[in-house]
Amino acid sequence: MLRYSLGRLLGAIPTLLLLIAFSFFMIRAAPGGPFSSERQLLPEIEANLNAAYHLDEPLYQQFGRYLWGLAHFDFGPSFQYRDYTVTELIMTGFPVSLRLGGGAILVALLFGIGAGCFAALKQNSVADHAVMAVSMTGISIPNFVMAPLLILIFAIYLGWLPAGGLGDFRSMILPIIALALPQIAYLARLTRGSMIEVLRSNFIRTAKAQGLPTWQIVLRHALKPALLPVVSYLGPATAAVITGSVVIEQIFSVPGIGRFFVTGALNRDYTLVMGVVVFYGVLIIAFNFLVDIAYAWLDPKVKYR
Amino acid sequence: MSVKAANAGIVAPQGRSLWADAWGKLKRNRAAVAGVWIIGAMAVFVIVGPWFSRWAYDFTDFANSSAGPALATGHIFGTDSLGRDLFVRTLYGGRISLLIGIVATAVSLVIGVAYGAVAGYFGGRVDSVMMRIVDILYALPFMFFVILLMVFFGRNILLIFVAIGAINWLDMARIVRGQTLSLKRREFVEAAEAQGVRPFAIIRRHIVPNLLGVVAVYVTLTIPQVILVESFLSFLGLGVQEPMTSWGALVHDGAVELESAPWMLIFPAVFLALTLFCFNFLGDGMRDALDPKDR
Repeated sequence: MLRYSLGRLLGAIPTLLLLIAFSFFMIRAAPGGPFSSERQLLPEIEANLNAAYHLDEPLYQQFGRYLWGLAHFDFGPSFQYRDYTVTELIMTGFPVSLRLGGGAILVALLFGIGAGCFAALKQNSVADHAVMAVSMTGISIPNFVMAPLLILIFAIYLGWLPAGGLGDFRSMILPIIALALPQIAYLARLTRGSMIEVLRSNFIRTAKAQGLPTWQIVLRHALKPALLPVVSYLGPATAAVITGSVVIEQIFSVPGIGRFFVTGALNRDYTLVMGVVVFYGVLIIAFNFLVDIAYAWLDPKVKYR
Repeated sequence: MSVKAANAGIVAPQGRSLWADAWGKLKRNRAAVAGVWIIGAMAVFVIVGPWFSRWAYDFTDFANSSAGPALATGHIFGTDSLGRDLFVRTLYGGRISLLIGIVATAVSLVIGVAYGAVAGYFGGRVDSVMMRIVDILYALPFMFFVILLMVFFGRNILLIFVAIGAINWLDMARIVRGQTLSLKRREFVEAAEAQGVRPFAIIRRHIVPNLLGVVAVYVTLTIPQVILVESFLSFLGLGVQEPMTSWGALVHDGAVELESAPWMLIFPAVFLALTLFCFNFLGDGMRDALDPKDR
């Protein structure tokens, strides 16, 4: 188990390096620079600015400098938000984004798995078809369409919930729902499919023959094997929630990390954009790693190579 | 499977091909059939519809700006804040969204099939290196890269095609590789090899044509994903450029004017969701029809 985990961890390193290199050189290849969009600066001043941010060095040297900084958890200074380092900016936004994204994943797991199990137990009944039709709708309505619709219904017409901002717990409800709905839908379909398969297997028939009540069969015997595909979907789900949150944060004006990414890209704030991409990239890679470990632990068929 | 269908299988066991079987199953799937019809109707509608409109997609009717849907003005879907007719804009947006869906899927299809077939056919070390690369790429948050691309290199429609196609080929490559691995052990491939046909010719003439069925299913599931990505980009203001529009861009405009002009959100949102819905149902139906396990 330990060797398997270490191997996986080593495997994540090239991915991480590729992520950093890819985004670094792509951003630098883009036309325009962080100081070119403002009013014309004197050449001396621009040269000084470039020197201060080490933009006058050869590219490979800047890359080395950036990697060195990353190794010390230093994302560098922000070009746009003067007096702030990227690390500080990310740390102000992250708690908010985490509440939003984490909440969405928890909600999705709870409702997605629940609905999936329910549909599987009532396979081919009206209830099953209804759950599946609703989940297909959830998959087909993108979250950036769902979000304004939710605002329109629950904030404007009904006036039950605030339309956005960062207030109390209630202000997070709509963004979390908007972000979670597509994932609930995917998870429900996934859980239903694998649960149906598991419920047909021999050990479940044995359990039924012994007269165990259904809830006990599901919870104690069927759920664990049926959740394997769900566990492996958690990696992509996290990635989807993170990308989705960029838009959701914008719609509900939630002050998370997402806005830094979009404004940073528009302003050529190299370090801020890099910081967000690397931060989220590391998060996704780390989550995929954890999912792999959890999968290996859950599934006896996976060999610890 | 119903008892009747099961009995029919027993009574008439003469060889039905996998495809005939799948086709029959697909036709019995009412949701999938309805999906086909609605997609077809939608395509005809967005292509033909604008010809019957009194307004061009970029004509600004100042007398009726931000007007709600009304028959009297002729703006049956209403107008946006510049007085442009929403009906004709929704149809134009549909043209762009569907076009991008098809072209970008074609891009990912070409890359994915070529990559997967080569990896699967050559096998061994080539295969493991190529698939390892796919694994690594899988872990990258591609959406971020596409957004960066669009921000930095301008919003050019060609770039949208390539960028979206380039992030969607990974699944295709995996599926194609899996299929190729089983195909390459078949007799007709062996026969071609024995006759000295070159590897790339075998891939082109014998492997790829036999992949088409599986690929067709996957294409149906990729198109809605691509439309979704495009509307996501357009929603961020990074997709097609004004005055041209797409469903995602229209939804964005609608989200901005949410309180004063909800119709600007609702019509494009319904069109977008309906199309994605139908593609997903069709793709699902096709996958179920080809699935030997038959749920």
